Amino acid sequence: MQIWKFGDDIDTDAIIPGRFLTEYDPKKLAEHVFEGTRDDFRAGVQEGDILVAGRNFGCGSSREHAPLALLGAGVRIVVAESFARIFYRNAVNTGLLPLVCPEAGALVEGNEAIVDLAGGHIESDGVRHQIETVPPFMQEIVDAGGLVEYAKNMKEVEVCTGSHR
Amino acid sequence: MGATLVEKIFSSRCGKEIEAGDVVMAAVDKAMIHDITGPLAVQKFREMNGTEVFDPARIVMLFDHQVPADSIQAAENQKFMREFALHQGIHNYDLREGVCHQVMLEKGHAAPGEIVVGSDSHTCMYGAAGAFATGIGSTDMGFVLRFGALYFRVPDSIRVEVNGAFAPRVGAKDLILEIAGSIGADGATYQALEFTGETFASMPMPGRMTCANMAIEMGAKAGIVPPDAITWEYLKGRRPDVRPFTLESDEDATYAELREFDAADLVPKVAVPHNVDNVVDVEEVAGTHVDQVFIGSCTNGRYEDFAEAAEVLGDRTFSEDVRVILIPASRDEYLKTLRAGLIERFVEAGALVEAPCCGPCMGGAFGLLAPGEVSLSTSNRNFRGRQGSTEAGVYLCSAATAAASAITGEITDPREV
Repeated sequence: MQIWKFGDDIDTDAIIPGRFLTEYDPKKLAEHVFEGTRDDFRAGVQEGDILVAGRNFGCGSSREHAPLALLGAGVRIVVAESFARIFYRNAVNTGLLPLVCPEAGALVEGNEAIVDLAGGHIESDGVRHQIETVPPFMQEIVDAGGLVEYAKNMKEVEVCTGSHR
Repeated sequence: MGATLVEKIFSSRCGKEIEAGDVVMAAVDKAMIHDITGPLAVQKFREMNGTEVFDPARIVMLFDHQVPADSIQAAENQKFMREFALHQGIHNYDLREGVCHQVMLEKGHAAPGEIVVGSDSHTCMYGAAGAFATGIGSTDMGFVLRFGALYFRVPDSIRVEVNGAFAPRVGAKDLILEIAGSIGADGATYQALEFTGETFASMPMPGRMTCANMAIEMGAKAGIVPPDAITWEYLKGRRPDVRPFTLESDEDATYAELREFDAADLVPKVAVPHNVDNVVDVEEVAGTHVDQVFIGSCTNGRYEDFAEAAEVLGDRTFSEDVRVILIPASRDEYLKTLRAGLIERFVEAGALVEAPCCGPCMGGAFGLLAPGEVSLSTSNRNFRGRQGSTEAGVYLCSAATAAASAITGEITDPREV
């Protein structure tokens, strides 16, 4: 579970450039993930590695190809100081787990890390950094493994239901 | 306690008081899908055991990102979408009308108080018509196609109040770049931007569209201009079913923040590579050589943009060192520009005028940049690699600044040509 470290404002054009969006297969998208902006990632990423970033990860386009490309590359968890809104939802919906970690900056490129969801932390170099879980209404989607699994046996939705905060 | 405009839209939809922070399953009025994110949305719809869409009359399909098809794979995607539309009875504008967001407004698919989603981040542009409109991903869109509703976390609002009149050659694009530079690329994440003040109250629809379009560049979920006489006038003929009504935030509404700007103080602005919030006065980058100038996109591809570019151009020609690409955002905007004689003037001056589409904006089709090249663009994003090589640079500006720079071959203050 190696850490791949990225900075602030990593946009979806960087994750998967526009010219590859005719493709939808995660494995094929992964062949171009971070093409031109972080080529060593594509060459070295291993199944289960953790992407760690700064603020506003996934800003820009609504392209779901971005979480799919990361999933295709073997990434299951992205830890960031904060996420852009559409990417965050797309990640949850597709089964890529976005975890907010205010101390993400302290995590070190190339080091091993273990995410303990039940314990609510990511541990690396013997230090535990607190992670925030997804909002309650999205947890059910996470638990189901994504929005497709969550929704596929639903017959209808009850509109205007919801929760106060 | 008072409510914001956005809270009122959701309260009205749900028939009960809804506050920012609430999570609601809300029905949507319209859903827009296009050639890039549409095929995946259809796939997800089917994976959710969808067979018939919730209501074909509330779904709009069109193709704009890679048209006419620039690869066999793009052609296959469009064929797949065409067949889906035909089978489901969804209205498909196909590639005839232009860029999705311009077409959605032009054809009356968004009106005050409505909730509209699109599988494209710049869907927030329909806030120019007083709608709550937001961009969603393909899986969320698959859910919408199936059920006609979606979970929304109702955002709180930042009130952006702008007063004062623009100086000559300064306008809505300079203003929204200034706002983006001030609020920052994630300064409005999960919030709505409510555009108020006398500058917005007197701003014609095209400028409102430019500003609402770029709300997402600050991370916002929506950008919205309170509907007024200008909005209702725009909707006349487009939405005969809708009668004017009052939709505004209460005076005692709770905002997350108030941001004030003075339009009279503004000068032409430029967003410098590689972030939209990296905004400077044009004079700070004046003289930068440009290889390509693009005037177009949902942000600034309307008749008014071309009219201003033509005014700046006068009877001169564009620099032979610059590839000048002009793309009207829609067929209607193209026709207006054509009938005003501007297309002829631009072609005489050395520009390439392309049929309505996204063009170089998202770097997926044509007009791509080589390493080391610089593009000056009236579109909305300048991320690294957005318009081609990751070693190229994209600067963002108004149509006036783009035209002035296309004449000289370097970034130029439009007040000085």
